[in-house]
Amino acid sequence: MTKANASAMTGAKMIVKALKDQGVEVVFGYPGGAVLPIYDEIFLQNDIRHVLVRHEQGAIHMAEGYARSTGKPGVALVTSGPGATNAVTGLTDALLDSIPLVVLSGQVPTFMIGTDGFQEADTVGITRPCTKMNWLVRDTAQLAETIHTAFHVATSGRPGPVLIDIPKDVQFATSEYVTKEKIKVPHYQPKVKGDVEAITRLVELLETAERPVFYTGGGVINSGPAASQLLRELVEATGFPITSTLMGLGAYPASGKSWLGMLGMHGLYEANLAMHGCDLMINIGARFDDRITGRVADFSPHSVKAHIDIDPSSINKVIRVDVPIVGDVGHVLEDLLRIWKSRGRKVNKEGLAKWWKQIAEWKAVNCLDYKPSEKTIKPQYALQRLEALTKGMDRYITTEVGQHQMWAAQFLGFEAPNRWMTSGGLGTMGYGLPASIGVQIAHPEALVINVAGEASWLMNMQEMGTAMQFRAPVKQFILNNERLGMVRQWQELLHGERYSHSWSESLPDFVKLAEAFGCKGIKCEDPKDLDDAIMEMIRYDGPVIFDCLVEKHENCFPMIPSGKPHNEMLLGEAETQGVIKAGGAVLV
Amino acid sequence: MSALNIKKGSTSHSAYDLRDPYAEVIESHTLAVIVANESGVLARVIGLFSGRGYNIDSLTVAEVDHAGHRSRITIVTRGTPQVIEQIKAQLGRLVPVHEVHDLTVEGPAVQRELALIKVAGKGESRIEALRLAEIFRANVVDSTLESFVFEMTGTPDKIDAFADLMRPLGLREVARTGVAALARGL
Ligand SMILES: Cc1ncc(C[n+]2csc(CCOP(=O)(O)OP(=O)(O)O)c2C)c(N)n1
Ligand SMILES: [Mg+2]
Repeated sequence: MTKANASAMTGAKMIVKALKDQGVEVVFGYPGGAVLPIYDEIFLQNDIRHVLVRHEQGAIHMAEGYARSTGKPGVALVTSGPGATNAVTGLTDALLDSIPLVVLSGQVPTFMIGTDGFQEADTVGITRPCTKMNWLVRDTAQLAETIHTAFHVATSGRPGPVLIDIPKDVQFATSEYVTKEKIKVPHYQPKVKGDVEAITRLVELLETAERPVFYTGGGVINSGPAASQLLRELVEATGFPITSTLMGLGAYPASGKSWLGMLGMHGLYEANLAMHGCDLMINIGARFDDRITGRVADFSPHSVKAHIDIDPSSINKVIRVDVPIVGDVGHVLEDLLRIWKSRGRKVNKEGLAKWWKQIAEWKAVNCLDYKPSEKTIKPQYALQRLEALTKGMDRYITTEVGQHQMWAAQFLGFEAPNRWMTSGGLGTMGYGLPASIGVQIAHPEALVINVAGEASWLMNMQEMGTAMQFRAPVKQFILNNERLGMVRQWQELLHGERYSHSWSESLPDFVKLAEAFGCKGIKCEDPKDLDDAIMEMIRYDGPVIFDCLVEKHENCFPMIPSGKPHNEMLLGEAETQGVIKAGGAVLV
Repeated sequence: MSALNIKKGSTSHSAYDLRDPYAEVIESHTLAVIVANESGVLARVIGLFSGRGYNIDSLTVAEVDHAGHRSRITIVTRGTPQVIEQIKAQLGRLVPVHEVHDLTVEGPAVQRELALIKVAGKGESRIEALRLAEIFRANVVDSTLESFVFEMTGTPDKIDAFADLMRPLGLREVARTGVAALARGL
């Protein structure tokens, strides 16, 4: 027998200790047979708070909301088999939006792996394509090191979700704990400093560009608050216009004078036309997603393109760029500003003045205009009122997926990073409610609102139980059009108004549902009552389900139909007849 | 709504058509990927190729540094220059990947593959098979009165050529290792 060592402990104890050493405060999880030893250890301590969810998908989205609103990695714990498979959608969501997560899953004991044991699933096999990295730990001696490495991998370079699969016998066995300082340095060390020559080349372009535009994305947010600060400095100092993807909202303030609004499929007219007509595009932490580019062959045809990204595989993946800069946004912007200043802070003033004049003409089109109504609540109006009544508050917004999500991006203004949590890459209905709980757990005093569609919201509504149990006073602001609105819009535009299965019958009475959960329900259908109802929601000390009955057939504009270039944008109902040809209809 | 008067000369009709219209040449590249020898790494590499629709013409893997737990994966792949660059970048960002070398562009490289080739036959064709084997420097590693197993190493092209010649002479089975490759010189 080996001598018992002072730092020897069970795998389960090691897990909790490693999480503590990594500074973890909250774990979102759901127990089951294969993780019971870990739950025992959680029971025996008070440093880490465990939030019991109602479905493992909810746990992952909560961890995502927590991570996106704090900049820290989110942590979730699930059992083997169905617990792990329920986590797959959330993992994929986090992978596509580059959200740092560490997910621990239980597994059948090592000696049963491969026997189709009860609640056995090939978790590392299933989650390999939806994690940045995953590990099956077969030996307790490797456990602490693997957990520390997992945190390093999740948060370094382009962040992402990682998963550690831990068989039950590994949780019971004892071994030596390895501190995070003692682990061997992981070889995974992505480059953060950008190439100075490339940055200098970009500075030269900044100095002469006549029609420049900053096109920013989630990479700025992921780089941390300092990156947003540097971006603001750069934009103010150069006087260049700036637009952002859905993922990057808040990095530059919506009230800033150079702000063009969001770009892309439902982006603003001025933002998309600036992208189309610019002579210098500076992509900072965005990835030329197909929602942004439209038809690739006609994407911004006359511009020189620079691309700052920490992930080398993002460069030249979709759009060929002229000045690639691989590095962390914060580091690169710091160097960029320094070099630009040292060369005399030059910009092409004349060119810029003309460019802004052109942009002002585009802005004058007032692309977000909609037909107001005295009788029904227009979804845009509801969001304008929500914005007006919550502006200046310590506010965080999450969303579900659909028209309401796009309207929220268009009509709500974000003044700071980490305040806007939405499923961008995967477009996961059911994201917003659990994400809002994750945000609220991280910011107990803040006003956290999930702007939801009724269909998406139902996908994870069981998590209202979590909100109640953990006193997370999240506000569920449901724009209820009794339709799968975004699907209905596409069917109207692409499929000859054949509304195949895009409406919801037998919707629950949301107010009664709220009562059933023990929280507050508010229903509003008259525009005149809206302000009071929103104030009631804000003032209520607890979770609220707000059923906002809105116009059922409103379409979300502007819209660049799939397969169309930026300068072929639809602005309103009149232009929508037969606009999307067969070629566009095959796209999503 | 052509706010900007921009001429469209596009042939692409899809936002997903990522092929470079100017570089439609398909190139074959041999990549050497040095990875940590951990379980699941090969699955991750192969999953990358299948998940993103890249080709694998040949793949070999073996541990090459026992002390350092390093394996070398040699992949022969095909694609446009842009796709080849993507493949290298995608491989490079996998956490357990240490190095990615494109042996096709990094300078001259030697490529070898080993094959075992079973040929059955009697009389003239049997003699002809043996004669050709000699020309190709293939060794006989097993023989019965009705068959040979030849062993040969060479470039994949050479093995293809030999197998093609054996087909009318009674080719039965081929086992190939896939390509191993190293850069020439230091
Ligand atoms: C899990 C999932 N299933 C299906 C879809 C496809 N989808 C995108 S938007 C949408 C409708 C959403 O309806 P609702 O939540 O009511 O929002 P609305 O568009 O009406 O505002 C659907 C079905 C999706 N994005 N996610
Ligand atoms: Mg709806």
